[in-house]
Amino acid sequence: MSTYAVSQTVHQAAQNCLVANDWICGEYLRTRSEELTEATLQHIWITAASVLIGLVVAFPLAVLVRARPRFAGPVLGLTTLLYTIPSLAMFSLLLPVFGLSAALVVTGLVLYSLTILVRNIMAGLEAVPEDAREAARGMGYGPWRMLWEVELPLALPALMAGVRIATVSTIALTTVGALVGKGGLGNLIDDGVQTTFKAQVLTASALCVLLAVTADLLLLGAQRLLTPWTRIRAVSKPAASKATASVATAPKAVV
Amino acid sequence: MGVVADAWTWLATGSNWSGESGAWHRLGEHVYVSGVALLVACAIALPVALWLGHLGKGGALAVNISNVGRAIPVFAVLALFMLTPLRTAGYLPTIVALVLFAVPPLLTNAYVGMREVDRSVVEAARGMGMSGGQVFLRVELPLAYPLLMTGLRSAAVQVVATATIASMVGQGGLGRIITAGFNTYNTPQVVAGALLAAGLALLVEGALAVGARVMDPRRRRRPTRAALV
Repeated sequence: MSTYAVSQTVHQAAQNCLVANDWICGEYLRTRSEELTEATLQHIWITAASVLIGLVVAFPLAVLVRARPRFAGPVLGLTTLLYTIPSLAMFSLLLPVFGLSAALVVTGLVLYSLTILVRNIMAGLEAVPEDAREAARGMGYGPWRMLWEVELPLALPALMAGVRIATVSTIALTTVGALVGKGGLGNLIDDGVQTTFKAQVLTASALCVLLAVTADLLLLGAQRLLTPWTRIRAVSKPAASKATASVATAPKAVV
Repeated sequence: MGVVADAWTWLATGSNWSGESGAWHRLGEHVYVSGVALLVACAIALPVALWLGHLGKGGALAVNISNVGRAIPVFAVLALFMLTPLRTAGYLPTIVALVLFAVPPLLTNAYVGMREVDRSVVEAARGMGMSGGQVFLRVELPLAYPLLMTGLRSAAVQVVATATIASMVGQGGLGRIITAGFNTYNTPQVVAGALLAAGLALLVEGALAVGARVMDPRRRRRPTRAALV
């Protein structure tokens, strides 16, 4: 067989997996790589925007609750209430306000991320040792400088645990945005179900999980780089790392 | 907010509630698949979690299964099921997907609840001559009860939410009112369906929160102690 004939048979076999509607199809990856990249990029920016805005909203809320404990009940109650609402219903309730836009999806995802982020930031701030605060006060630190330079760094492990949980669940939830055509890889899943295109549904689903795992590992790496002192403490005092782990499992599971 | 008024009108119109795609039928489907899935998930997860918790083994599994569950999109699992022969099996694909997502919170919370029971209390019970079964039933289970109920609540809310997403792959439930509204550009119907789905989820959460407090095994003894003080 000539090289031409070989490449011809290979090509036909590859074509066949699209015709036969196989679950795994290399030809699909090759011919639709542009579409896949575009969907993945949309997925990433929607997730990143949601978690970042979530952090920007959650941090002042957690600081407010610590300064004025009587706000703790309403803030925690409201975020838990939001978390109970099914994602499809949440996106639909935002439809009259935002129309069919990415802003609708991002807003819904921000509201969900608040539950986890507020709780974890609060837990982190509460776990700051009183000695550290006392020492900072003795050195003449004002409340804001203490917050940024002493409390925030010490609250980072719990905060990052919250960011990791929020990011992973946001990546999964973004797919539901396909409802308004802004679901990143969810759009491909939606399209694939309607046209019974197995390779597309499986590939997009696998990419979602891959994205979640990658994001989780990257955030774990970032946390290690940002808090080098926790590793030293973890060796001498295993209880410290155990405490952060239990914070990570504390908030209610998923939506 | 004309949309809210329109949504209210939709909810107040009797014809929207009757028939195969009416709200009553959709609500019935939603409650049915959620109820069956929650029962099956409890039957699978609780014995495993309580047994592992009693033995004090398998902690890594119990905690990690929750993290894995969080990373997998509900929509993707439902979509994959709809491309398998399960598609023709009525509500089965939805129920299987709901069970898969209800097991992690049940398993993790029940296991953690069992492990967080004070070891000295368990040792004391053993010292009093309680058998393994007695320790489990009279000591560990009542003390693990609050977290057990937290797990049940998370799982129930999860199941109700997931059943809504099932409509995106053409399965029944309250979500169908929403997707049907999207297909016909009927925003009031979308909002009305969303209000129904959100209302059901909040109702389930509230009912389980109250139920858990009423049925708390340690609650019955508390009033007498309070009376002594």
